[in-house]
Amino acid sequence: MFNRDRWTEILEALNANRFRTFLTAFGVAWGIFILVALLALINGLRAGVSKDFGDFATNSMYVWTQQTSMPYKGLPKGRGFRFKLEDIQVLKDNFPQLTYVSPRNQLGGYQGSNNVTRNARTGAFTINGDYPDFIKQQPMDITQGRFISYSDIEEKRKAIVIGVDVVKSLYDKDEEVIGTYIKINGVNFMVVGVFQATNSDGNSEEEANSIFVPFTTFGQVFNYADNVNYMVATAEDETSITDLKPQILAKLREQRTVHPDDERALGNFDRAEAFGKVTGLFDILSFVGFFVGFLILASGMIGIINIMLIVVKERTKEIGVRRAIGASPWDIRSQIMQESLVLTIISGMCGVAGAAGLIWAMNYALDQSGPVDNFANPTVNIGIVLIALLILIIAGILAGLIPAMKATKMKPVDALRIE
Amino acid sequence: MIDLQNIHKSYKTGTNSLHVLKGIDFHVKEGEMVSIMGSSGSGKSTLLNILGMLDEADEGSYTLDGKSIRNLNEKIAAQYRNKFLGFIFQSFNLINYKTALDNVAMPLYYQGVKRAERTDKAMHYLEKVGLAQWATHLPNELSGGQKQRVAIARALASDPKVLLADEPTGALDTKTSYEVMELIQGINDEGKTILVVTHEDDIAQMTKRIVNLKDGQIIDDTRVQQVLAKNAANV
Repeated sequence: MFNRDRWTEILEALNANRFRTFLTAFGVAWGIFILVALLALINGLRAGVSKDFGDFATNSMYVWTQQTSMPYKGLPKGRGFRFKLEDIQVLKDNFPQLTYVSPRNQLGGYQGSNNVTRNARTGAFTINGDYPDFIKQQPMDITQGRFISYSDIEEKRKAIVIGVDVVKSLYDKDEEVIGTYIKINGVNFMVVGVFQATNSDGNSEEEANSIFVPFTTFGQVFNYADNVNYMVATAEDETSITDLKPQILAKLREQRTVHPDDERALGNFDRAEAFGKVTGLFDILSFVGFFVGFLILASGMIGIINIMLIVVKERTKEIGVRRAIGASPWDIRSQIMQESLVLTIISGMCGVAGAAGLIWAMNYALDQSGPVDNFANPTVNIGIVLIALLILIIAGILAGLIPAMKATKMKPVDALRIE
Repeated sequence: MIDLQNIHKSYKTGTNSLHVLKGIDFHVKEGEMVSIMGSSGSGKSTLLNILGMLDEADEGSYTLDGKSIRNLNEKIAAQYRNKFLGFIFQSFNLINYKTALDNVAMPLYYQGVKRAERTDKAMHYLEKVGLAQWATHLPNELSGGQKQRVAIARALASDPKVLLADEPTGALDTKTSYEVMELIQGINDEGKTILVVTHEDDIAQMTKRIVNLKDGQIIDDTRVQQVLAKNAANV
C-alpha cells in the first residue's frame, strides 16, 4: 500500500502548495504540542506536590482527644479526657494490621514562650515526647548522632534529638553539638542527635524548630504520667487506614468510656484521605489536560479536513482525468486518505518533538535554578505519547474520510467538464 | 469493435428533460478511423462519453470488443477504461506537477505495472511521439502541440483497443493541428481503432469515415478518401 510510487504521489501532491501544506500541518502540530505540554505541566505539578508529601507514611492517621458531647455511663457531657499509654497496647493487640502506633506528647509550640536555655541563650521550641517508631512514620534525616532508642525509653534517659534550627539558635557555628547539655523547663538534657526534616508539607520551619525527648522521660519530667496527647497510627500497605479508622475510633471510645455515637469526643486527621484528595485532584487535572488538548487537536484536525476538501475541489478535474485513464474510486480515495494521514502524522510528530523540546528546556531550567515549590520534573511517559500518536492516526483517517468520499462522488464525466 | 444499438440518453434539468441522443445505431470495425461531426448541442460529446464509459446510456446496448458495457460498477468501469480505451482531450488534461514521463506512465501505474517496466514503456511511447528529450519536463514547460503529444503517448501507454479523441486539435493552431493529426494517422496505420470528435471539416477529412450528428441522430455516415496530414501541411 505504501510503496515508493505512493510516496512519490503523496509528496508531489503535498509539495504542489507548500505554504498551505505548512499552515495546515502547523494546526495539527500546535494541537498535539499543547496536548503533550499540558500533560507534562500537570505531571510536573503532581510530582512537585507529591514531593511535598515526601516520605510520610501516607497510610497513617492522627487521633487526639477533645471534649465529650454526650453524657455516658454517669459521666457528664463536656468532659475533658486524655488517652493513656495502655490504649496504645490495646490498639496494637486488637489491630494487627497496624504496623506502628506511636503515642505523642507536646510542650510549647511555634509561638510559645521561651522554654529552652543553653548558657546565655534561650529559645521557644516545640518539645515532643516520642517513641523510636515515630521516625518511621515521619521520616527525617539524622545529620549527627542518632534518634531516640528503646533503651532511652526503658531507662527514661534524659537524651534529646534537636532540629537544625535549634542548633542555629543555641550554638555557635561549627560548635560541637553532640554530648552537650541544654535545659528544657529547667531540666538538663544531653543532645544525642540532630535532625533535618526531609520534606516541607508547609511547616518545615516548625519541624526544624522542634526537639524530640523519649516519651517515658517526657512523662516523668514534665508530669504527664501515662497521659497521651495524641497518637499516630500507620497501617500496613495492604490495609487502608481510612477503612480501619471507624473501628479504631470505636475501640478508643470504648477504652475511654465515651458514648459510641459521640463523634466529637475524638479528633482525627487521615493522611491517606488527604493524600487521596490531592491525587484525585491531579487525576481530574490530567483529565482536563487531555480534554483541552484534545479539543485543540480537534481544531487542527478540522483544519486538515478543510484543506483536504479544498484540495479535492481544486483537483476535481485531475481526479476526473485519473479516473478516465483507469483509476478506480478506491485508488482515488486511498490516495486522499493517505495524503491526509501523512500530513497529520508528520505534523503530529513535529508537535510531539516540540513538546519534548519544551519539557527538556523546563527540566534544564529547573536543574539550573534549583527546586521550585510545587513543581518538579515535568514528564510525559511513553504511553501518553503513544496515545497521542494513536489519536493522530485516527484523526488523520477521519480527516481524510470526508474529502475522500466527496472526491469520488462526482461522476468522471462531470469532473472532466470542470474548468 | 464498437457496436451501438438504439442508444438513448436524456438529461434532466429541473423539471425539463433534454433528450440528447435519440436512438443511435453505430458500428465501428477494428482499425477504422472515424470522425464524429456536428454542431454544438448535437450530442457528439455525449456520444463520446458513453463510448468512453464515462457516462451511461439510458437505453440501448453497447458492446465493446465483444463485451457488453452495461450497469458496470465504477471499479470495473475503471478497469475497462484502463484496458480498452485511451483518451485524448481538447485541453490535454495533463497533471501539471508530474513530468511528461510520469504523465505517460500513469495508466500503467493504475494497471499495477512495476516501476522499472513502467518507465521503460512510457519512454518508448514518448519516443514514438518524438518527445524523448522532454521526458523530465513539466507540462507547463511544453508547447501546446507538445502537450497534446504527451497526452497521446499517455493514451497509448496502456495499449488500448480504441483511442477516443475529443477535439484533439481544438486548442492548437493549424500547423500544429496537422502535426498532431499526422501522428494520429500514423497510429491508425498501425492498426489502432480511433474515434475523433471534431467540428473542423479539414480535420474530419483526415479520417476515413465521417459521421454527422444532428439533434441526437445520425444524419449522415460516409466513407471518405483520407487526406494525409503530411500533405495538407505542405499546402
